[in-house]
Amino acid sequence: MGRSRLAWEWFHRLGSPRWFYHKTGAWLPWLALASLVLLAVGSAWGLGFAPQDAKQGNSYRIIYIHVPAAFLALAGYYIMAVSGAIGLIWKMKLSFVVMRAAAPIGAALTFIALFTGALWGKPTWGTYWVWDARITSMLILLLLYIGVLALSRAFSREQVGDRACALLALVGTVNIPIIYKSVDWWFTLHQPASIKLTQSNSIDPSMFYPLLTMIAGFYCFYAWTLIAHTRSLVLQREWRTQWVQQALGEGS
Amino acid sequence: MHPARKQRLILLVLLVALSSAAVGFVTYAMRNNINYFYAPSAFAAGDVPFDRRIRAGGCVVPDSVQRAPDSLEVRFALTDGEADLEVMYDKLLPDLFAEGEAAVVTGVLMRDGTVRADQVLAKHDENYTPPEVADSMGENASCADGAKL
Repeated sequence: MGRSRLAWEWFHRLGSPRWFYHKTGAWLPWLALASLVLLAVGSAWGLGFAPQDAKQGNSYRIIYIHVPAAFLALAGYYIMAVSGAIGLIWKMKLSFVVMRAAAPIGAALTFIALFTGALWGKPTWGTYWVWDARITSMLILLLLYIGVLALSRAFSREQVGDRACALLALVGTVNIPIIYKSVDWWFTLHQPASIKLTQSNSIDPSMFYPLLTMIAGFYCFYAWTLIAHTRSLVLQREWRTQWVQQALGEGS
Repeated sequence: MHPARKQRLILLVLLVALSSAAVGFVTYAMRNNINYFYAPSAFAAGDVPFDRRIRAGGCVVPDSVQRAPDSLEVRFALTDGEADLEVMYDKLLPDLFAEGEAAVVTGVLMRDGTVRADQVLAKHDENYTPPEVADSMGENASCADGAKL
């Protein structure tokens, strides 16, 4: 009883932009440090020390960017949609700000996944692009992110834009399991997943650990950019309030 | 939970469930068009139209690749473990094209049951292994049994 009340108090306090801004400032350097170290170690390990693939040679190494970017593009969509839902249900301002902040980051990650996938496809498949279920549903994800971004700027009243974005983001969630399962449900040119939750991985451990490092690095990088972008949007939204004037006064 | 919040929660759950169901029905109805290629057994069953551009995918049957001595013309068979499909092609093959590996070809199904392809793509699998490990395992072909595409 006591603990759950504490959790709710924390939840409601987190909903306050001011509390969020003051609380998260100290997290940023640590997240930045963690992501830079993990990404540096993961890239050096994956590009320099992991062995070649028996069939694909060195060209498989783009997996160290491609898979983490795709991972976070999908996970980030849920973060955006769930933030929108929390905003709609609890009328929480900060939640909508997180949703808006997640859109451009997710769009960039989706673009990186598509772009590195094209670069990988040319030497292995023999083509940059095909309209198979995996690649097409990933393109739809990019369009959904861009749609949320466009909607967020389409209304002069911020609250209307918040609600429209949240509804679009929620309707789009159906695409995430489709992307994830597309390679199992339909015949695609794209290969099935190598990292499996229930069975053993089909990627050798010497190649898997650097990949895991890169995924962890991308997660930290995502948290870093999402919090930093949310903070700047909070300042923009609340610039008239006294606490923002004070916070900016201290900064300059 | 506050009744107004509960109502909004229920509405949102309904929104997500209904929109997912709508998309689910559409993709289910279009499942044959969402498949990127036909398997060889679909050709054997007569499900593939003649004289139209179609795609076929399968495992390149080991020892089926025949190259013409004086041109790029190549013939090979694709299999999904149930049926085989003859393919003709006269351009450069991708580097990862090999017997026992999967390939996806685009072309026209001729009346004699072979596919005249104008594009061949290699469909690599999801296994990543260092060369030494692959050598020690001996079995290098990924879909030699033809079952899994």
